[in-house]
Amino acid sequence: MIWVDTVVQGILLGGLYALFAAGLSLVFGIMRVVNLAHGDLIVMAAYLILVLVTALNLSPLIALLLAAPLMFAVGWLLQQLVLNRTVGEDVLPPLLVTFGLSVVIQNALLEGFNADSRRIGAGSLEIASFSVGPITIGVMPALTFATAILVTLALQLIFYRTALGRAFRATSDDPDTASLMGIRPGNIFAVATGLGMVVATIAALYLGMRANFDPTIGPARLIYAFEAVIIGGMGSLWGTLIGGIVIGVAQTVGAAIDPEWQILSGHLAFLVILLVRPRGLFPAGGR
Amino acid sequence: MSTLLETSGLTAFYGDFQALYGVDTTLAEGETVAVIGANGAGKSTLMRSIAGSVRQAPEMIRLNGTPIGHLSADRVNGVGVTLVPEGRRLFPSLTVEENLLIGGWRSARSGPWTLEEVYRLFPVLKDRRGNPAMALSGGQQQMVAIGRALMSNPKVLLCDEISLGLAPVVIRDIYAAVPSILERGASLIIVEQNIEQALGIADRVYCLMEGRITLEGRPGEIDRAAMHDAYFGVQA
Repeated sequence: MIWVDTVVQGILLGGLYALFAAGLSLVFGIMRVVNLAHGDLIVMAAYLILVLVTALNLSPLIALLLAAPLMFAVGWLLQQLVLNRTVGEDVLPPLLVTFGLSVVIQNALLEGFNADSRRIGAGSLEIASFSVGPITIGVMPALTFATAILVTLALQLIFYRTALGRAFRATSDDPDTASLMGIRPGNIFAVATGLGMVVATIAALYLGMRANFDPTIGPARLIYAFEAVIIGGMGSLWGTLIGGIVIGVAQTVGAAIDPEWQILSGHLAFLVILLVRPRGLFPAGGR
Repeated sequence: MSTLLETSGLTAFYGDFQALYGVDTTLAEGETVAVIGANGAGKSTLMRSIAGSVRQAPEMIRLNGTPIGHLSADRVNGVGVTLVPEGRRLFPSLTVEENLLIGGWRSARSGPWTLEEVYRLFPVLKDRRGNPAMALSGGQQQMVAIGRALMSNPKVLLCDEISLGLAPVVIRDIYAAVPSILERGASLIIVEQNIEQALGIADRVYCLMEGRITLEGRPGEIDRAAMHDAYFGVQA
């Protein structure tokens, strides 16, 4: 029975990793650009929520509703002013620029908030739990997982059922022809990055409520997000959710064998899948 | 007839290579103009320049007298000039219907062309509306490309090599749509390698060679020998 419990906890943990990865997956799917500052932008959003919660004495959920449009604006401006100048045939410029951005964000946060680790208080929610048969499930992990599913579903609907989603896919296919059809690719990319930041803000809320964070933890979170995207198959949104679950389960199973193995076994699972299915479980195009 | 679109002294460069040397053309309201010429004559560059894919000095291209040469492709589409690009360039991730809908992305300009009207023009597309665009035959894909451009309700429709690689019977089907397109108020510039096709449909013909207009006239009035010279640059 302990194994069932371990796997269930792993699946729920996977929801958190899927949330980290969903924004990354969205942006990669549309622009074929990897944002190395994604983890740091999540941490930045966590600080934004923290400020709103402490300074205005808001509940975390209300703070999220305020932070999300602000982070959309951050993403939109970032794309219009900086990243649109780097997208093109060459994949190196966006990598270098976002790597630099990662350093800038970390140091700006360090300057503004010092290196102490912080947490977004969620009151009784932090320790609440319920039982399903012999398994006890934390309310917070369950909420995280449910949110991950809802976010994936919402992105999927936007992508395949709306005019904006059509423009996303058309621009991703062929930006030159899209512009002949009256679409301005730079604007579409800016909306995509803004949307990615909204998802990052949701991830930030759970990151901040579930564990301590400080200005430097972004890159470590980015690795899990990367692995989730690659396991799932680049550009597949549901694949990213599955990818997050694979890492989550591998980590809890590894930790059940020996607590020292938690992080390592997540990475090992990633390497094994990379060996067996180099293009991921659900590569885009096989839809 | 008033002049709708004109190019004056249009030049175009790809790096050090000059593709167009001062091209002057006009298109009147309701007119169909064909541009013919050999491979590499600059036909596609002319189309891409007008469509905004290749940026120009503002005054080199005018629409209703307004300079548009400097506009980006999405803006040119917005003022009513839409290109059916060479090689169709459909969006592979989109279905037939989604490809058509993308053409109507700018809903600001309304007009006669709607999804229903495009399906009436090319009924076969309605049956295939849910299919991925790339699953269609070449001729049907060309219909999607034309329909997609029509969805923006263009004043000027630019067609770049729409018969390329298609069987004669399919080409006839596609060109059969031209009268309906004209009827609904668009003017056409058609680039063709197929001279007979071009002469059959156009009110006027420009012959382009090595980036220069070498001949201009009405199909009935052009001397075949002169056209041969203008096309190949050698005496027949």
